[in-house]
Amino acid sequence: MAKEANLDKKGSVWAGDKQPFGVSYGKQMMWFFLLSDALSFSGFLTAMGLYRFKYEDTWPVAENVFTHFPFMHGDAPLLFVALMTFILILSSVTMVMAVNAGHHMNKKGVVLWMGLTIIGGFMFLGSQAWEWYHFISGDKGAVQLENNEVMYLSDMDGKIMTLHELVEGKPGVHGEHYHFTTEEVREAFATNNDVTIRTPGKTEKTVERSEALELMSKAEVIQGASLTSNEYGHVLFADFFFFVTGFHGTHVFSGVLLNIIIFINVIIGTYERRGHYEMIEKVGLYWHFVDLVWVFVFTFFYLV
Amino acid sequence: MAHSNLPSEHHESPEGTWWIWKVFIILLVVTTVEVVLGIIKPEALLGQFLGTSILNLIFIILTLLKAFYIVAEFMHLKFEKKNFMWTIALPMLILIPYLTFIILSEGGYMGDFLK
Repeated sequence: MAKEANLDKKGSVWAGDKQPFGVSYGKQMMWFFLLSDALSFSGFLTAMGLYRFKYEDTWPVAENVFTHFPFMHGDAPLLFVALMTFILILSSVTMVMAVNAGHHMNKKGVVLWMGLTIIGGFMFLGSQAWEWYHFISGDKGAVQLENNEVMYLSDMDGKIMTLHELVEGKPGVHGEHYHFTTEEVREAFATNNDVTIRTPGKTEKTVERSEALELMSKAEVIQGASLTSNEYGHVLFADFFFFVTGFHGTHVFSGVLLNIIIFINVIIGTYERRGHYEMIEKVGLYWHFVDLVWVFVFTFFYLV
Repeated sequence: MAHSNLPSEHHESPEGTWWIWKVFIILLVVTTVEVVLGIIKPEALLGQFLGTSILNLIFIILTLLKAFYIVAEFMHLKFEKKNFMWTIALPMLILIPYLTFIILSEGGYMGDFLK
């Protein structure tokens, strides 16, 4: 008897209609997708770590690269990216609030908090576009030697000098983008005896003035960054920057699209009819994951 | 198809919204500390330890702390069944540090010896 009852019970467990781990199918699959996505991102970030360790002398230092802040003149490293982080964390909070409202079947609450989350997503994407624009346009300007190594202009102590300071003799307006020709820079370099070149990495190795003069005669001016050249240092830094923040930005963008679809479904009452708001939790998981990845991108591109 | 629309079992999570704002404050404070340290770069923390500066180690620890709060609280993993929690957490906790370790060792080797 007891055995039979047991079998019966077992039979019903394997007959379907049961949730493994007490988590619904959709939510579970979202988790496993995020697990694999987390491994992809760690692949990208560790790959960047490998080249960073390999090219220590020429790997850019973040505080020399990301120095702009809207409507502010002067160096403001880290501030803008801190603002972006703040926006993303805040949109994560509004997302949790939406999930919470969903648990209480509070449609108005879900609409409000989901709406705010979508706005936060767009603000982040806009900030990222702004960040890319300044990264691509360039900041201080540098020279590329014959062997393709990138060097900053500097004084004898290794303090970085912008192209504007060298050619015009005074700092340009921060955030403005100036263009200089190779001839202008070579000429100004030859006539100014207190100027040399240094490696862009944290080791800050300056080159002897006489040697620098020799190298400069074959060097080209390099301004801004692309996939094939990078004024801030090793070109792989620019490649990884575009690829990793771009891949993350793509995640944010698709997250915003998903949020919008769910938002519309909330408004037309799909989940009200279904009897529960679990869909908010599923897109919520994805949205928090985007925030989670950004926490690591922030650390490994901007802080460390 | 009917069963695919069943919600997950409800697991206990704190009532109200105070815990959300608590986590928000923690994330905000940790990020602020990171940014402030990143801007002033205190001399005392630039000493070398475990192949990098103490400051960088602090950044990494604070980052992991933030990651923990996002995954455990916002993504609710702390409140799922223990089996499920470890099913998700263990692959990350084992594979990612392992990958990081072998790749960074390789990078350091390439930097030191293959120049």
